[in-house]
Amino acid sequence: MDGLKARVIELADFVAGPYCGKLLADFGADVIKIEKPGRGDDARFIGPFKDDVPNPEASGTFLYLNTNKRSVELDIESPEGRVAFLDLIRTADVLIEDRMPGQLARLGLGYEDLRKINPNLVVTSITPFGQIGPYKDFKAYHLNLYHASGQGYLLPMWAINLDVPPCQGPGYLGLFDGGMAGATATLAALFWRDAGGTGQHIDVSIQHAMMTLERSQLRRFTDEGVNPNRTGKGRLLESLVECAGGEFAVVILSSQQQWEGLWRAMGKPEWGVQPPFDTQKGRSDNYAELRKRLNDWSRTVTQDELFHAIQKEGSAAAPILTAEGVFKLEQFRERGHFVTIDHPVAGSLEYIAQPTRPSNVTLPPKRPAPLLGQHTHEVLGQLAALAAGTK
Amino acid sequence: MQSALQGIRVIDFGHVMAGPWCTMQLASLGAEVIKIETRARPDEQRAQHGKGAVDNLEANSNFFEINLGKKSVSINLTTEEGRALAKKLVATADIVLENMRPGVMTKLGLDYPELVKIKPDLIMLSLSGFGATGSLRRYAAYNPCFTSVGGTSHLTGYAEKKPNTMTNSGGDARAGTAAVFAALVALKFRQETGKGQYIDSSSSEVINSMVGDQMMDYALNGRSPRRHGNTDKVMAPHNVYRCAGQDEWLSIAVGTDAEWQGLVAAMGHPAWSSMPDFAAAEGRKANEAELDAQIGEWTADKAALDTMHLLQRHGVAATPSFKASDLFNDLHVLERGQVQEVDHPVLGRRKTITSPYRFSETPTRIRGTAPILGESNDDVFRGLLGMDEAEIARLEEAKVIY
Repeated sequence: MDGLKARVIELADFVAGPYCGKLLADFGADVIKIEKPGRGDDARFIGPFKDDVPNPEASGTFLYLNTNKRSVELDIESPEGRVAFLDLIRTADVLIEDRMPGQLARLGLGYEDLRKINPNLVVTSITPFGQIGPYKDFKAYHLNLYHASGQGYLLPMWAINLDVPPCQGPGYLGLFDGGMAGATATLAALFWRDAGGTGQHIDVSIQHAMMTLERSQLRRFTDEGVNPNRTGKGRLLESLVECAGGEFAVVILSSQQQWEGLWRAMGKPEWGVQPPFDTQKGRSDNYAELRKRLNDWSRTVTQDELFHAIQKEGSAAAPILTAEGVFKLEQFRERGHFVTIDHPVAGSLEYIAQPTRPSNVTLPPKRPAPLLGQHTHEVLGQLAALAAGTK
Repeated sequence: MQSALQGIRVIDFGHVMAGPWCTMQLASLGAEVIKIETRARPDEQRAQHGKGAVDNLEANSNFFEINLGKKSVSINLTTEEGRALAKKLVATADIVLENMRPGVMTKLGLDYPELVKIKPDLIMLSLSGFGATGSLRRYAAYNPCFTSVGGTSHLTGYAEKKPNTMTNSGGDARAGTAAVFAALVALKFRQETGKGQYIDSSSSEVINSMVGDQMMDYALNGRSPRRHGNTDKVMAPHNVYRCAGQDEWLSIAVGTDAEWQGLVAAMGHPAWSSMPDFAAAEGRKANEAELDAQIGEWTADKAALDTMHLLQRHGVAATPSFKASDLFNDLHVLERGQVQEVDHPVLGRRKTITSPYRFSETPTRIRGTAPILGESNDDVFRGLLGMDEAEIARLEEAKVIY
């Protein structure tokens, strides 16, 4: 069995830090999650729950974000907990932490303290605004980060006018962005350390991670001196269409070539080769009418029929899938996008798998998210044995 | 200062967005990235800008934004000698990245089974909209397509309105970012096992995995969650509120009673805030419309940035909905080095956004501006491959180096 040879201590709650840990655990790293005694990770309380009955051992968000980890209940602020935590840190390669800047240092557990006992340790701090800068102590939930990053101001894209307020993105996507940045940086630091370097401290600002992702739109301000906004990009790119049965799809309208494939898929209607709809400019200038005509056609076909008909003509289109649509998409199933994991409380469920699937490693079988404190005795017992052995 | 990926060489067959995005981040982490491109069929990001085709391939800010710090060699891969030259480069490389339509690299004789013969521990990343296998592998996919198939479009926008395709290029960006992670997983495995990897990454799957938590409602209950605008399942207030000025908004989210008390104090204890309806979290959520109206009235004549500071001082999570101009001039953004100026021979000095991780020992950096097409030919063909001038001249004449 292969897998990342690293022991990771995860002192993190909810989504961003735990996603960082999951990205390492799913590739074989030994991720030990420190949870608040008697309560555990906040994600245990957010759901979704089976039949909406709350159960901290079976919250969908927690189950997804904590696969392949071990759970240790530890109060790092108690004297015994602190000793155990430091013992764990001595054996660790990585600490992922999401406490507000300075909080661990006040407990004598800041990077400088930990480095003294383990100079090879990589500490990855993931917080809303990072470890330095005037906003470092600012609070921000997903909503706030989406708007603080510049991404929220651009959504919902194609808003009819600016009376539509700017909007956050889907789910907790922005927090996933922070976790992804953290995992990437952690691996880079481990790679460098194991090539002859040392441990180090990584400071991830979720707001920065999200802002970087928006660079191709924010750039437009540097070009034009005008802020891009959510009402579109001033040119014809795509259209949302409604299909039979009330499902939605997107069709791409960015070029004459795209248009011709779509036009053939629609059954070559006369109007599509007559002015004003025969040129990109004409279609752009008459977008409202174009959109109406596209919808007159799209309502006569199902989402699936539209998708395949247009793609078979060499143009781009796609169904707007719900979660149900995702689970029913054969392409995803054929490629192993789902993984079945059995959990002692939640039972056997299909989860979304890691989209990165390296060809030349055999990863260990997937383990479910841990029960609260499931591995406390196992992990602390090993530490005690280790300590006894060295005496 | 050292770089995390110093000594790592990447051959970049990427074009348009997701591929170049990945390799630019690898460059910022210290890798040497050699982009293979040709004026016979220039990267769309050089040739297209905003409203259409451009004359000058060196004046494109789209290209600048996702090709910083790379070298560029011009090789026409439609020629046999061009492909042979590309293989010579691959033989020196650690990582190869491509994001052509699945099947194209095979037609060119440059797919993983061919390249691994030249470099047995090669790491190769292939990025595409639907993945390189499966019945949809040849389907065309742009950003709005894979945000749609990946389940995020349905979850974006307002509950009462239609889904939103998130055309703000975040789909490509996330596909590219996930590829950086994949490259590092592979590099770490190679360091541990000596083996290379082939990674076939589907942008639709990447996007979907980043709302994998939302998919759990279907796994558990057979239900598909819906979009819900700026609202939250339990928190209220949790919205954006219009402030003074043109299209200025402040996001406010209250998750605890202490935060609610902080908000009330910041507003100066208005009479309405002591209504029993708003005393507990459940009541605030149940009366969210009324609550939003009251808060909106309070913010309407206030500056968003000042109100953020006021609320944060009271322990309340609040941020403006920042515009590009706000971000490029924001004190926090500037103090953290999130924005940097880079010179470009045609575009001049421009502000751009840096990599989002601050390393204490191996800082990332923008290694240079975006390259002129073929500007590293001499450096790479003579310096790295040891080719002589006569040979280079012959290949230029034959439009192999082109």
